[in-house]
Amino acid sequence: MIQDVGWKVGGKQGEGIDSTGEIYAIALHRMGYYVFTYRHFMSLIKGGHTNYKIRASNRQLRHHGDDLHVLVAFDQTTIDFNWNEMVDGGIVIYDASAFEAVKPSHRDVNLFGVPLTEIAKQAGNAIMKNMVAIGVSAAISKLDPEEFRPVVQDKFGKKGQAVVESNMEALLRGYAYFQEHYHVHFPLPDKPDLRDVDHLFASGNQATAFGALAGGCRFLAAYPITPATEIMYWVLEQFPKYGGVVVQAEDEIAAINMAIGANFAGVRGMTSTSGPGFSLMMEALGLAGMSETPVVIVDVQRSGPSTGLPTKTEQSDLSEAVNGTHGEIPRIVLTPRTVEECFLYTAEAFNLADRYQCPVIVMTDLYMGMSFQSVDGFPVHRVRQDRGKLISDEELAKLGRFAYQRYDASVPDGISPRALPGQKNARYVALGNEHNGVGLEVEDQETRVTQMRKRQRKLEGFRHESGVTVDGRQDAPYALIGFGSTYGVLEEAREVLESQGLPVKHIHFSRVWPFPADAFHDAMDGVRLALVTEQNATGQLKRLIREQAGYHDVLQSCLKYDGDPMSLKEIVHTAYQTFPMGVLN
Amino acid sequence: MATMLDYQTERATWCPGCGDFGVLNAMQKACVNLGLEPEQVVVVSGIGCSGKMSQHFGGYGLHSLHGRSIPTAQAVKLANKDLVVFAAGGDGDGFGIGMGHFIHAMRRNVDITYIVMDNHIYGLTTGQASPTSDVGSKTKTSPQGTVEQPILPLQLALAQNCGFVAQGFSGNVKQLVNLIEKAIQHKGFSFVNVFSPCVTFNKVNTYDFYKAHLVDLDQDPDYDPHDRVAALRRVAEANNLVTGLIYEDPDRPSFEESLPGYPDDAIVSRDWTLRQEDYDAILATFR
Ligand SMILES: Cc1ncc(C[n+]2csc(CCOP(=O)(O)OP(=O)(O)O)c2C)c(N)n1
Ligand code: SF4
Ligand SMILES: [Mg+2]
Repeated sequence: MIQDVGWKVGGKQGEGIDSTGEIYAIALHRMGYYVFTYRHFMSLIKGGHTNYKIRASNRQLRHHGDDLHVLVAFDQTTIDFNWNEMVDGGIVIYDASAFEAVKPSHRDVNLFGVPLTEIAKQAGNAIMKNMVAIGVSAAISKLDPEEFRPVVQDKFGKKGQAVVESNMEALLRGYAYFQEHYHVHFPLPDKPDLRDVDHLFASGNQATAFGALAGGCRFLAAYPITPATEIMYWVLEQFPKYGGVVVQAEDEIAAINMAIGANFAGVRGMTSTSGPGFSLMMEALGLAGMSETPVVIVDVQRSGPSTGLPTKTEQSDLSEAVNGTHGEIPRIVLTPRTVEECFLYTAEAFNLADRYQCPVIVMTDLYMGMSFQSVDGFPVHRVRQDRGKLISDEELAKLGRFAYQRYDASVPDGISPRALPGQKNARYVALGNEHNGVGLEVEDQETRVTQMRKRQRKLEGFRHESGVTVDGRQDAPYALIGFGSTYGVLEEAREVLESQGLPVKHIHFSRVWPFPADAFHDAMDGVRLALVTEQNATGQLKRLIREQAGYHDVLQSCLKYDGDPMSLKEIVHTAYQTFPMGVLN
Repeated sequence: MATMLDYQTERATWCPGCGDFGVLNAMQKACVNLGLEPEQVVVVSGIGCSGKMSQHFGGYGLHSLHGRSIPTAQAVKLANKDLVVFAAGGDGDGFGIGMGHFIHAMRRNVDITYIVMDNHIYGLTTGQASPTSDVGSKTKTSPQGTVEQPILPLQLALAQNCGFVAQGFSGNVKQLVNLIEKAIQHKGFSFVNVFSPCVTFNKVNTYDFYKAHLVDLDQDPDYDPHDRVAALRRVAEANNLVTGLIYEDPDRPSFEESLPGYPDDAIVSRDWTLRQEDYDAILATFR
């Protein structure tokens, strides 16, 4: 019995493919399945192939899966493009009113024509062919079509009840047509037991935005960019209810400087962006580091360099996040592994920024950011707000005039208490120029070295639960290593390899800076060969590990930079090539 | 009540005679006249000789990046509306590298006051052409004279429908104090361009030059600073060599007044923790 089902709808961009996938995904989620979605789209508005993949299962999913069981095709391109993903015995439903489908190659895949457009016309309007397709899909998977009604209601209710009814009509007609003409099925697995879980459906971007709000962020400045814009949308919807401000900045340079300004004034502020915008922020990143102003930057990575593949995923900003900006600053780079961690670590990012008075980069990617998935609730009860060292009015009153030193380098941990504008006896200037303890611009060598040391020292005592996780057998001689969004697919790869007798563990970074060296060494105990799996061309994580921890002879690379998310097969295949079977003791 | 003494800082690092002294003086005086305590005032400056303003002013300050004082200052104000916030910088800072922010700040209309110390030269980097250098200006980067048309700050601001436009001169601190007071009191983005001579690198746009050529519109009973089109014409006719309140639209709502959900009390002073009912409402949107 199959554990999960891969379903996909594809067509031309602008044909409503997204909303079709979304309605189907939400419906499956609400019926009680675990769902994971992935959108394939292009940086144009009309035309071009786009598709929406849904994987549904009775267990928690963290990857969209390699396999496709059911494909709904609105054109031949969709069939050609997704043919290789189809499993043997899979079903392709195509719009027989639009074209006569052909098999790209001889395979055991069944093509079924359904006049989707024609049925939609009969139901009232050709554009509802998507709803007909959903009805057909429901019939294939033996779902009750009435279970779609609440989702259709949510989606079209604003447009009036007549629109809801005609869409349901289209869906029901599609359902009936398939039942009448075909007798093949691809049933879904039994539903999981969800009695004790809060079954939620969210994307990484939504979780990130929610984490920011929960973490006390009340200021977002951002400039629209795929795949980060949904963060802004979510925040725009919620912030006004909680007294927060959203500014659509004129560019990313403005956005990060605004976020710095808000933090300087004492309000938790952030900016969210992707590669091109992140590059524009480099100078200001240094300002935050130098002036010891907290700031949170979310970088939802996409394929670079330059404009790159704007709608495709990649993990190639790692070196920039760790090293970017001229000069040297303390910084923290978090790389959440899951949607739940997007929530928690974004909330935590504000604590870390305040505690260490430095920039914190939360680095996700398109795959994490834009994929919607079912989760077992968010860890809202773990959110705490810790403002770090803020000097109180009472302490300042005791100090008297001109005694407060914002950049007092004599504090052992290097973290000197912040004052906020408005407080008496604490006037100071935050600055990107080198400065002395009171914040005056000076250039003498001794002060320079003292202040550099002060800033560097701040992270020496760094402690945080993020870092490195290990899954699987501690004593395994082989390891899969990754960071951020590839956690799910690497876990599946580990399970597959283990089930086939390969002793492998999975080491994953949820923070790459400060580099969690101790935890990593512990994790690497006993490892003879490791495959560093990352979505970039030059092995940025591997280089970072080598620089920070060594293991030159142990680390191999599994790289992917074609824009698509990692597939399970690719990792498993490379693992077989890398890890010898049978030379183990 | 704060006095000028309360704003005193260490001796400024400008060349003796630098126009920026007059601007500093006028900013401090305007704040004193309005009864502002120095800790209520934040000066966010860019980079340049003029960028030292945040250090010399005597309030809270953020000495930001070259060209980036405006975005930073807007956010400071939005975060804590109880503060009086200046952005300050030079002509290169504001009309060169930072020009985009200037135009958008006029659009956005956050309640800050933007002071440009316009000396028609890059001072701190020792004398290169600036966006406001007149055609033919001989500088280190234009040994044969500049060939580009200068930026026209007032006309630009008027064309962009800035809600408050004024121009002052460091040689007339009294007028400048008055203009800055009005700018602070204006609810929304206020722009004060100041002719602030660089005595070291600009031997053309000197105190004497301005004294000889400036027309004071504040003294002109026929001038109406509420007529934007007439203001544009007057400024153009005088080749920008005017001082005074050029234009004000006192009724325009500020960004923060217009922003949905912007709280009545300063954001910085609020409790940011979500309550259980907040979580319940948000989690419901994910079901
Ligand atoms: C990104 C960046 N580019 C260049 C510089 C070098 N720089 C510092 S100040 C300045 C120009 C200053 O001219 P202006 O803004 O007119 O200020 P002034 O010194 O005349 O007051 C330049 C080019 C810099 N600090 N940062
Ligand atoms: S160089 Fe010019 S602008 Fe700079 S301090 Fe000297 S006089 Fe002032
Ligand atoms: Mg200048």
